[in-house]
Amino acid sequence: MRQIAFYGKGGIGKSTTSQNTIAGMADRQRIMIVGCDPKADSTRLMLHSKAQTTILHLAAERGAVEDLELEEVLLTGYKDVKCVESGGPEPGVGCAGRGIITAINFLEEEGAYEDLDFVSYDVLGDVVCGGFAMPIREGKAQEIYIVCSGEMMAMYAANNIARGILKYAHSGGVRLGGLICNSRNVDQEVELIEALAAKLNTKMIHFVPRDNIVQHAELRRMTVIEYAPESNQAEEYRTLAQKIEDNKDLTIPTPITMDELEELLVEFGLLNGDEEYQKALEADKAAATV
Amino acid sequence: MATVEDRKALVQEVLEAYPAKAKKSRSKHLNVTEADASDCGVKSNKKSVPGVMTTRGCAYAGAKGVVWGPVKDMIHISHGPVGCGYYSWSGRRNYYIGTTGVDTFGTMQFTSDFQERDIVFGGDKKLDKLIDELEVLFPLSKGTTIESECPVGLIGDDIEAVARKQAKKTGKPVVPVRCEGFRGVSQSLGHHIANDTVRDWVLPKADEYRQLPEGYEPGPYDVNIIGDYNIGGDAWPSRLLLEAIGLRVICQFSGDGTFNEVVMTPLAKMNLIHCYRSMNYICRFMEEKYQIPWLEYNFFGPTQIAKSLRKIAAQFDETIQAKAEEVIASFQPRMDAILDKYRARLEGKEVMMMVGGLRPRHVVPAFEDLGMKVIGTGYEFGHGDDYKRTADYVGEGTVIYDDVSGFEFEELAKKMKPDLIAAGIKEKYVFQKMALPFRQMHSWDYSGPYHGYEGFEVFARDMDMAINNPTWSLVNAPWAE
Repeated sequence: MRQIAFYGKGGIGKSTTSQNTIAGMADRQRIMIVGCDPKADSTRLMLHSKAQTTILHLAAERGAVEDLELEEVLLTGYKDVKCVESGGPEPGVGCAGRGIITAINFLEEEGAYEDLDFVSYDVLGDVVCGGFAMPIREGKAQEIYIVCSGEMMAMYAANNIARGILKYAHSGGVRLGGLICNSRNVDQEVELIEALAAKLNTKMIHFVPRDNIVQHAELRRMTVIEYAPESNQAEEYRTLAQKIEDNKDLTIPTPITMDELEELLVEFGLLNGDEEYQKALEADKAAATV
Repeated sequence: MATVEDRKALVQEVLEAYPAKAKKSRSKHLNVTEADASDCGVKSNKKSVPGVMTTRGCAYAGAKGVVWGPVKDMIHISHGPVGCGYYSWSGRRNYYIGTTGVDTFGTMQFTSDFQERDIVFGGDKKLDKLIDELEVLFPLSKGTTIESECPVGLIGDDIEAVARKQAKKTGKPVVPVRCEGFRGVSQSLGHHIANDTVRDWVLPKADEYRQLPEGYEPGPYDVNIIGDYNIGGDAWPSRLLLEAIGLRVICQFSGDGTFNEVVMTPLAKMNLIHCYRSMNYICRFMEEKYQIPWLEYNFFGPTQIAKSLRKIAAQFDETIQAKAEEVIASFQPRMDAILDKYRARLEGKEVMMMVGGLRPRHVVPAFEDLGMKVIGTGYEFGHGDDYKRTADYVGEGTVIYDDVSGFEFEELAKKMKPDLIAAGIKEKYVFQKMALPFRQMHSWDYSGPYHGYEGFEVFARDMDMAINNPTWSLVNAPWAE
């Protein structure tokens, strides 16, 4: 059994990318998706539903996770992919990080990990605290795929996640599988992400172009693979799925400093250098005095 | 007799066992008092060295166990997992008068008993419900305090919002106390946090909450007893003494005190403060806000009792001063009898002390009244101002140890060979196994009171019982047989 996880900045398209990718390998593999996000939107395209009942929601209703049966929260979706969502508190209260730990412990104790080829974790935003690092800690996800784009904050998040992976790389053996570029049509995006990947000691495993058909499929609560199997975009996801299946290139990341990251962005014209920054300030000043 | 130099060498020997870094930091917390020193010359109120056994508590312990806990007619909720509440349950022997479970709740324990669900989804809903239920079960309670345990600070429960809502709903005070245990270096911060909640959540509404006793008229002799927690009944002889010299005690805050007494405090003419460390903050606030002066006193042992009574009386008129002299004189024969009885048995005995934030200095003269000598003392959580005050109490050659570690205390005791160790429960059995007489100075070893003239009689008896107990001479280490 291989355990993989998708991390990346919030709103980057992790859930869409991961579900499409999983759909792309579901013909050949027995898979379970574990959603680790209080929003619980990691399985909707597989289940054709708004949001499935989460472990923590049901546990809160009943009193404790011990009061749940696995069948109540582990549903079967597209091509027999098993789907479960950890869930979590409403924004601004409680501790979502602890919720993920609770949920994963429950799945382990209840034997959810049996008879599977792949487990895929879809994790919220940045690795902000220990709870969100749960899937990359000992005995959980062994390969991490970071979904990013050529936008500055997405790359910043990718670097932060690489730091989280490095922290557990030696104790738990987690490795970075690669960067998935979910295109935002930024100039020189491929080159930029490849440059970042090189600095992080990994590779850009696939470049997923932007295509409106993804939105069309989402409206129907489907993956592109299910909605338009013949489309170019479906083929992209199948290619990504195959690349992940075949991926042997797992590395220990070498996260870079904030300065190095900024240099990279300056190099690719996403940020201005200090000179331009000063010039811009002076121009503002000049304009103000006129 | 050991000189300052001898003792300093001895402290150095003890420090030798530490690695360089720990040695450097601990060496600043240990010192030997020089002749005529105006300060003890130790650092204090700093983080304990990792890896040593410290006796310190946490902010929760300071807020719940010390300051708020003894307010007897309020319900004090330990908000968080059950352990903190359970293990602090009734630990401090704060005696009180009342019908427990009906109008007083001192020995009861209330907790929101966090489960995994409360961590993940937040515990404020449970807290809200808990206060609803308490209101039904204990309608005679005069209010609630909410003491946060560690996890509450991590998950960010909005206990202030619950407090505001419930205060409105119940018409009683609900005080949220952010005393998460990980805050600060010891229980001392918890005292400060609790004092601040009195300032922010109670005193601004004191006029609204206060119910004046029937026929109450403000008087020139109205005083508050602040920071006496009535351990083993300590506050009672203290109160009787103050009343005997003609003062009127309108509040005991917080030992055997009520919430109404807390809101009576601004009406007093003077705050008489026993435990400076834990309650000086609110005294300073009341001084600034209501122009109520405050005065520290010490009711351990006849010498200090007389001194304190005179000092207090000097703040009032001649009638009070005359009564103070009368009281002192009237107890003199009884004190002489006690000294006659015990001094011969205790004369010259040496003591090492280590207590919380007040007793390491205040009890010194009581031992001296019995002819004993304190050769070492120190605080768990004292600050610089405590050590400054301590310099007035201890003599040349006294070893001072701040936040003493288990190792240091044992080694110092082995080298200094005191006749008695007076410290806390965590140290007790270690020293008893070394065949050293021991008295617990936090809870008075289930005895007390020790304050006032009555208390001194008990104190003298207890010290004699410990030191002259024949058991210790029968204890031999197996290797010594």
